[in-house]
Amino acid sequence: MKRWQFLAPLALFGVLLAFLGAGLSLNPREVPSPLIGKPAPAFELARLDDPAQKISHADLQGQVWILNVWASWCAACREEHPLLVEFSRRSPVPLYGLNYKDKRDDGLAWLRRFGDPYTASLHDFEGRVGLDFGVYGVPETFVIDKQGVVRFKQIGPVTPEVLRDRIEPLLKQLNA
Amino acid sequence: MPRLLIALAALVLAAAVHAADAPLTAAEPELEKQMLRISAELRCLVCQNQTIADSNADLAVDLRNQVRDMLRQGQSQQQIIDYMTARYGDFVLYRPPIKGTTFLLWFGPTALMVAGLVTLVLVLRRRSRLGAEHFDPEEPEDTDADKRSTDTAR
Repeated sequence: MKRWQFLAPLALFGVLLAFLGAGLSLNPREVPSPLIGKPAPAFELARLDDPAQKISHADLQGQVWILNVWASWCAACREEHPLLVEFSRRSPVPLYGLNYKDKRDDGLAWLRRFGDPYTASLHDFEGRVGLDFGVYGVPETFVIDKQGVVRFKQIGPVTPEVLRDRIEPLLKQLNA
Repeated sequence: MPRLLIALAALVLAAAVHAADAPLTAAEPELEKQMLRISAELRCLVCQNQTIADSNADLAVDLRNQVRDMLRQGQSQQQIIDYMTARYGDFVLYRPPIKGTTFLLWFGPTALMVAGLVTLVLVLRRRSRLGAEHFDPEEPEDTDADKRSTDTAR
């Protein structure tokens, strides 16, 4: 027993190393959202393409839906956009856009240029709804279930892997 | 020379543009002070090592406006902090709350230091009880080497 005592500091060092190693593999930009498992915030916003028409959280109750936060000034949004356009053609659920702190004309021009995957886009010019959703880096994507509870949040562009491995299985499970 | 003049003019203009922002802060100094005090407790999520008070990121400006609006509505500091944590989680707090998940964060370093001190004391006490035969005798070669080095130094 005594003979192995000198290994104790080494073992401790190993434990410390394991902690630091785990810390390195975490992404500090991904802040866990406190909204997961909680009801999505209430909102009522005008449609981007028709200011006279409003959409509220109550209109979307009872179905699974995706909320994608985007803006024409957001470079990373362009990165995920083709994927969303492609996904919207086979998506089992409606995909709503939250046009975040954007001018209406800029947003509409962007959709005309890159394609519009959204069932509808909500115009959040002041970013109030974005704030309620805890948006801090566009793009962000939320999956909301039939009860209006946020089940998933992606910070940053949706990648084909995230879509295939996380979002699509979740949609299947929620729609079952 | 004309270039220098243009540069100077640009500087003056830039100062003027900045000055245009100022009245907003000066109008309600009390509110502004309170807003900055609360903002200094909140982390900017875009530039994570800055507070909302320090940062000029768009999000920080928005959140400062939000804090200002909430203060105007007569909300307390606690209400505002709660509002922010409901949306951004404990991460938004520069001083994380003491609870189960943050216990190690708060007390880990102290625990490590205490453990180290206890180990040190134990080791020292055990050593002080040992007889002289447990330690290597001072080697004569060493003292020679010492002497030699002082010799050469002289």
